[in-house]
Amino acid sequence: MTNSFGKDDKTFLAKRYSAERRFKFYGGAALAITTAFLVFLLVDICRKGVPAFIEHHVSIPVLIDPAKVDAKDVAAGDFEGLVKDAIRAQFPEITDRVEKKKLVGLLSQSASNDLRQAVIDNPKLIGQTITSSLLLSDNADLYLKGAEADEKIASLDKLRAQNKIESAFAWRFFTNGDSREPEQAGILGALIGSLLTVAIALSLSLPLGVAAAVYLEQFAPKNRWTDVIEVNINNLAAVPSIIFGLLGLAIFLNVFGLPRSAPLVGGLVLALLVLPTIIIAARAALRAVPPSIKEAALGVGASQQQAVFHHVLPLALPGIMTGAILGLARAFGETAPLLMIGMVAFIADVPHGFTDAATVLPVQVFLWSDLPEIAFQSKTAAAIMVLIVVLFALNAIAIYLRRKFERRW
Amino acid sequence: MDQMSPQIITTPKIMSERTIRISAEDVNIYYGEKHAIKNLSVNIPDRAVSAFIGPSGCGKSTFLRAINRMNDTIPSCRITGDVKLDGKSIYDKDVDVVQLRSHVGMVFQKPNPFPKSIFENVAYGPRIHGLAKNKTDLEEMVVSSLKKAGLFEEVKDRLHQSGTGLSGGQQQRLCIARAIAVNPEVILMDEPCSALDPIATARIEELIDELRQNYCIVIVTHSMQQAARVSQLTAFFHLGILVETGDTNEMFTTPKDKRTQDYITGRFG
Repeated sequence: MTNSFGKDDKTFLAKRYSAERRFKFYGGAALAITTAFLVFLLVDICRKGVPAFIEHHVSIPVLIDPAKVDAKDVAAGDFEGLVKDAIRAQFPEITDRVEKKKLVGLLSQSASNDLRQAVIDNPKLIGQTITSSLLLSDNADLYLKGAEADEKIASLDKLRAQNKIESAFAWRFFTNGDSREPEQAGILGALIGSLLTVAIALSLSLPLGVAAAVYLEQFAPKNRWTDVIEVNINNLAAVPSIIFGLLGLAIFLNVFGLPRSAPLVGGLVLALLVLPTIIIAARAALRAVPPSIKEAALGVGASQQQAVFHHVLPLALPGIMTGAILGLARAFGETAPLLMIGMVAFIADVPHGFTDAATVLPVQVFLWSDLPEIAFQSKTAAAIMVLIVVLFALNAIAIYLRRKFERRW
Repeated sequence: MDQMSPQIITTPKIMSERTIRISAEDVNIYYGEKHAIKNLSVNIPDRAVSAFIGPSGCGKSTFLRAINRMNDTIPSCRITGDVKLDGKSIYDKDVDVVQLRSHVGMVFQKPNPFPKSIFENVAYGPRIHGLAKNKTDLEEMVVSSLKKAGLFEEVKDRLHQSGTGLSGGQQQRLCIARAIAVNPEVILMDEPCSALDPIATARIEELIDELRQNYCIVIVTHSMQQAARVSQLTAFFHLGILVETGDTNEMFTTPKDKRTQDYITGRFG
């Protein structure tokens, strides 16, 4: 077919098509590279983190010796001794003192505590010989998970050969607070700390942010002052987060004397941090409501306030919620400002209130990553996995809300 | 500068048959530096349709929005002169804008039902003004407004479905029902048919013709045919100046001003 457009059609067209193909290729390549990085990151974290969800026990008979445990005061009983006796009984051939000590070192400190709890719950066990699952220490655990060890631990190999080693899901990781012993360390304290902190942050920043956005967008006169405020809110959103931490330190701790390391203060700091984000998102959502809706309300004699609260705000709400959840996700993952107000301490107890000392998930990650015990490496990765799951869930809720309530005009 | 365009002052015949509902005296409207309406004076009769025609940007919508003070929402907008509704200045300090707008309803260019049910759309006005004593009262108001807007038969089975699911013409009639529901005396229509197809347009025009028995209607339109079909009084705007006002049938047959003549014969605009 002859073509009468352009001067030299074939080369012209070919050029255009190849430009289009090139562009597609660049786009695809960019996407592939980012996906590869993301997949690499996730796979690496999961590979390191998954073993932390498994713990090992040794299942051996333990004699609850009435000589060591008094039925009247079970809690004061010498359970450490019982556990030591039980593990030594498995290896009568070991007599050397150092070797004996090593043998006992295979067990976690938690083993005797678990046993104590079991006997407190059921005092009838005193005098009996029970088969008990005793938690192994971090080093024994790592050895069984196949980590490279300096030397073979013959006793563990023997126990394994006798099928006395059990592996189980490490619920402990979700029910314990922080600990110096890797096999006992859990994220519950940090998780609760995060929830308390974020709850404070959200309950402050959402009403303040939405009120500010509604006022700026719908009621404020457009003059130099509102321009200045607008520019500053946008600037505030770009301020490095550690500055907010310093501000919190100077004002909330030093001026108001609020408790150090408390979720209350962390929440206040994070509220300041996400406030600009929420204001900006809420203003964008309010602006996205067609002015014709507001005009229609004004046209039937609604006051400015009625038009905003009956029509504009409900329509903007899904967008506001999306923005708020994304702000929340940011607050959840924030570390630096919380370091400044002392939420970086080692806190073994699970916090029970807004003024208890606490830490948060990302700070827990930071703390664990710094510890020398090798077992903490996988704990760190596991905590990151939990953090990522929470953030994914928050983003999923944001997307769900947007899809469900989004309106088109 | 304004001397180049002396307004042609004649008293249209319709004015002698009807009372004056709205009168504007020496109105000037500015958007910032822009002088959008220049020294405009006009009387608008009750129980009749008055059409504002003119090329785009001539200020006809601006003036229309001055009649229920919708321009108040535009910060840069300034107005001088006076607009009176039933002899009372609507720009007086003691006039409540919200009250005024319940007397002067408005229908917009693009159908803009609230994204709520058909019932809620119409019920909103009576509700915020406390017009209905109880639920049955409100229901009656909604039904009668929908009937007046000629929409009831089409939607009676789906009053609780979304108003945005209706066709464009139905949506615009819903907006008219919504405006009627607060019992206004005046209905302002800003190019109510510009987004509609010819059949829906004809339906709205019929409705406007029925409504003029009971309301003072002011309509801005780009279509001269529409002005000729529905209105009794026509006002021609050009560059912010009200060039000519007259009975519609005379205006389209024997325009007095050269510019009017040029516009209606299609020489510009």
